[in-house]
Amino acid sequence: MKTVVTSALLLAASSSMALAAGHGSCATGLTLEENVLTIATGNPAYYPWVLNDAPESGEGYEAAVAYAIAAELGFEADAVTWVRTSFDEAIQPGAKDFDFNMQQYSITPEREQMVDFSLPYYTSAMAVLTTQSVVDAGATATLDSLKGLVWGADANTTALPMLTAIVAPEKDPLLYGDNTDVTAAMQANQIDAALFDLPTALYLSAVVVEGGVLLGQFPADRSENPDQFGLLFEEGNPLRDCVNTAITALTESGKLAEIEATWLQDATGVPVIE
Amino acid sequence: MTDQTTLGGGSAPSLTRRQAYEQRLRRRSITIAAGSTLAVILAVVLLVPLAPGWEAVKRSFFNGEVFAKTFPGLLDAFVMNVAIFLWCAPIIAVLGLVIALCRDVRSPAFYPLRLFGAIYTDVFRGLPVILVIYLIGFGVPGLGLPRPWNSPYIWGSLALILVYAAYVAEVIRSGIDSIHHSQRAAAASLGLSDGETMRYVVLPQAIRNVAPANMNLFIALQKDVALLSFIGPVEVFRQAGVYKSLMANFTPYVGAAVIFLALTIPATRYADYLMNKQRRRQSLWPSLI
Repeated sequence: MKTVVTSALLLAASSSMALAAGHGSCATGLTLEENVLTIATGNPAYYPWVLNDAPESGEGYEAAVAYAIAAELGFEADAVTWVRTSFDEAIQPGAKDFDFNMQQYSITPEREQMVDFSLPYYTSAMAVLTTQSVVDAGATATLDSLKGLVWGADANTTALPMLTAIVAPEKDPLLYGDNTDVTAAMQANQIDAALFDLPTALYLSAVVVEGGVLLGQFPADRSENPDQFGLLFEEGNPLRDCVNTAITALTESGKLAEIEATWLQDATGVPVIE
Repeated sequence: MTDQTTLGGGSAPSLTRRQAYEQRLRRRSITIAAGSTLAVILAVVLLVPLAPGWEAVKRSFFNGEVFAKTFPGLLDAFVMNVAIFLWCAPIIAVLGLVIALCRDVRSPAFYPLRLFGAIYTDVFRGLPVILVIYLIGFGVPGLGLPRPWNSPYIWGSLALILVYAAYVAEVIRSGIDSIHHSQRAAAASLGLSDGETMRYVVLPQAIRNVAPANMNLFIALQKDVALLSFIGPVEVFRQAGVYKSLMANFTPYVGAAVIFLALTIPATRYADYLMNKQRRRQSLWPSLI
């Protein structure tokens, strides 16, 4: 009996030591709270990035990636806490209440001057969301046809500069504060089309916009204006290097691709715009 | 003060003891005012940069480079604000007057008009502007209007017009109420009809009395035009938001604030001037009669 207890104790001791070693690897002392990884996401967090606005479940692409990164850094799932921030809260000067912020932030050189980004964890195709009535009226997946449409976009995203750079519409695009308002304007027939990252567009066309259609996509591997999502850090946060190592490991091991296959829909059916 | 000339000279030694005392008092208060203002300015200029986060705040809110890059674009976008203001303001003035007159009809047959005026002002003064803009800006076009009649410019402007007309109507009504009843009686005794009394006797005085209050409303309107950005139009506030998002920097908002102030501060000063002028005129009235 005694030997069993002793060996159990030994086991417990050795496993806790292993855990401690895991923590000691890189991120120790670099997080806001010791042995806890605080991750921020949007309020609400949107499908398919986070399912049911519940990142704690690990369901949805970003939620799953977050837990994979946490595991690489040596954090158990229950050592991860979530907070919510808006875009503006993430970039405001002063102390942050998160270790990193994950809500489809596109990495751009201008933003890099104010905040730090990790290596990209996803490179998104951009897709044109429109409605069946616009397609019936003769809109096609060619740049010429796209130029003539009335465009809308979420003003807080990089969709606008991409729209101007790639499509260069004839009329000035209308801009909105969030996805919901863009789709409301589309429903009210005030705009013909809007540019979103492909996973968001797939979701919006299938669930939110009545008669929603994806007219086409600008593929992820285009050479100009690639849309790469990175984790956002307060400028100079040393944790970034650890996270970059973790993302590199996840990319090389194929884990990221695996998560993508699980949570993001295959979009090869969407025609590519030449 | 008037008898200073009778004393002759006008140079310092000829001041009466009382005048000399008052002058000393004045100088003293000017010195104190200047000193305390200087102290406050120095405290702000010296102490704020000592705050540990000042460098970060400066880079994020007062970034010269970002300011220079975005300001021309903001000015361009501000043209949209001015345009929306210019087509809304006259309609608001007319509609506000009509609603105010509705609330003042005296004939029992026109009671429904009175009721309408009261309900209208109650409803639209009771709702937040942004709510009306959302409901009308997205709701009405959603009914299936064809282009260009579903434009957010039209329906967003209508929302602003409806709300501000309610405020203007109340201000004008208070002006109408401020005209003493004896004037209507006097006009009636001269043989003027109700309509003529309103047109020639009451309204000219009423509107002049409430001009400064209306001026304030139009200054508020100029700022609330920015709310239209929520339903699509790209005016200065939205443009600043776009720059903010692209550069992760709040300086464009400061730029937008500067543009607003450049317009609203002179307008506010002018409203103050009008108000003072009116107060002087009103206090003179008894002596004119």
